[in-house]
Amino acid sequence: MTALPHASSRSAEASAAPEREWRPPSYWPFVIPALVVVLAVIVFPWAFTIWMSLNEWKVGAPTTFVGVANYIRLPNDPRFVEAVEHTLVYTALSVLLPLVLGTFAAVVFHANFRGRGVLRAIFIMPMMATPVAIALVWTMMFHPQLGVLNYLLSLVGLPPQLWVFHPATVIPSLVLVETWQWTPLVMLIVLGGIAAIPTEPYESAQIDGASLWQMFRYITLPLVMPFLFIAAMIRMIDAVKSFDIIFAITQGGPGSASETVNLYLYSVAFTYYDLGYGSAIAVMLFLLIVALAALLLHLRQRALWTEIGGGA
Amino acid sequence: MSLRWVLGRTGLWFSIFLIVSPAILFFLWMLSLSVKFEVDNAAYPPVFIPEHFAWQNYTDVLASNRFLTYFKNSLLVTGTATGLAMLVGVPAGYGIARMAARKSAVVILIARITPGLSYLIPLFLLFQWLGLLGTLWPQIIIHLVVTVPIVIWIMIGYFETTPLELEEAALIDGATRWQVFRHVALPIARPGLAVAFILAVIFSWNNFVFGIVLAGRETRTLPVAVYNMISFDQLSWGPLAAAALIVSFPVLLLTIFAQRQIVAGLTAGAVKGG
Repeated sequence: MTALPHASSRSAEASAAPEREWRPPSYWPFVIPALVVVLAVIVFPWAFTIWMSLNEWKVGAPTTFVGVANYIRLPNDPRFVEAVEHTLVYTALSVLLPLVLGTFAAVVFHANFRGRGVLRAIFIMPMMATPVAIALVWTMMFHPQLGVLNYLLSLVGLPPQLWVFHPATVIPSLVLVETWQWTPLVMLIVLGGIAAIPTEPYESAQIDGASLWQMFRYITLPLVMPFLFIAAMIRMIDAVKSFDIIFAITQGGPGSASETVNLYLYSVAFTYYDLGYGSAIAVMLFLLIVALAALLLHLRQRALWTEIGGGA
Repeated sequence: MSLRWVLGRTGLWFSIFLIVSPAILFFLWMLSLSVKFEVDNAAYPPVFIPEHFAWQNYTDVLASNRFLTYFKNSLLVTGTATGLAMLVGVPAGYGIARMAARKSAVVILIARITPGLSYLIPLFLLFQWLGLLGTLWPQIIIHLVVTVPIVIWIMIGYFETTPLELEEAALIDGATRWQVFRHVALPIARPGLAVAFILAVIFSWNNFVFGIVLAGRETRTLPVAVYNMISFDQLSWGPLAAAALIVSFPVLLLTIFAQRQIVAGLTAGAVKGG
């Protein structure tokens, strides 16, 4: 559909590439309503947050422009630095554990067995159930005297724990909940990867007498690497953002032992109403996620270079 | 039926048991907590199936008139936010897919990785300024942050895979773009609509962080209401567990009956709100 000879130069200018078909601007009406919504609830808040982070803005007090003062305050705020450390520990554990367990679960769910559909539905229930409701029940289970977890420990001869009530065990305990909740998502993503692998490599490996572990290590694992990477990325983003579980179970306590950046952001913005500083934390939290995503990409790139041909 | 086969099967079922039991045991224990009297919930060693069932834990929760208000709030917020998201998100997904404007999905990506709290500061000020606090509107609007990206993202994926030939034929026959969308593209994409709708409902229903800041006494949604119960009657576990179960019940039901759609949606986009 080239431009007709009598078409004015005006329309020829308007369409940069006349030979491209089916790309008229008339699809815009479909997009505009959503564009308005996205501008209002996503782009505007972002622009406003960045602007506010450059101001001293406390509710009930006059606003003053302070430049980057809020950002300079961050590294000198021990509570913020500690929150970053908590976030990194929490995130590392909440990526690794679900990744390992989720891969194992995917291998198992790839097998054929009776009742697989029902069992898979049950298995993904933890991630669909309302997080606050889940957190509530976990809080009861963590209870040092009445909780069922210490009873289960006593059955296998282990001493009772303080779980979320002790600074040293609070983060691992919360990671336990996070892992229980989000392993299913990793399983689903990796299962999609395993399902796409052809059967031939397994058949020839079996003829060559490979063990189950060898087949997993040298066929399945390299081929699902891209899926594991996606799962790791999603898990990282969600772990850094994690709020409901931590807030409902510990509110960052005991003391501030489980206060992550997101929880500290909540305190600064909605307990102390220090909105300027809170906005700076919000920007840093976003940048933290972007930085970790870049780190993961870098690791993936390096892995590709070292095992040439492996992965995808 | 060699020995190796039997061993393999045993290992498989043992692995299945290992993987699924944390979920099964958790929900069974949740159920158990919710039907026990305080005596049984405080017993050591723990009682799994009590002698007397405390069904009144449920009737107490349901009978409190506040609970019905909160249930209605949750329905209104999730229903309106999902409905609006479908209304603007489905055509947008279509437009983006047809314009091959995948780059615009970067906004969706940014929305996906931004922590929910970040939206709250500016929108809280905006709602305050507009005088909307105290109504359900702030929550409905802010839930769009969750629902709109899910719907757009999933619909882009679906419309990209639907065949163009039919649409082009309809256009040549003189149909308008709107008619093509309404009568050709939309019917084909019906499975995608179900996926987008279900995921938007679930993530909006489960959302907690927006409510905790924006909801007042009268405008709480169920997750916020349940959270507030913790601080008030910390010692009565039965009703608390019953409330927790009632809140998650609709979502758990959806998970069982729409498992296929949920799995398809989560693995396609892996977009989670909040």
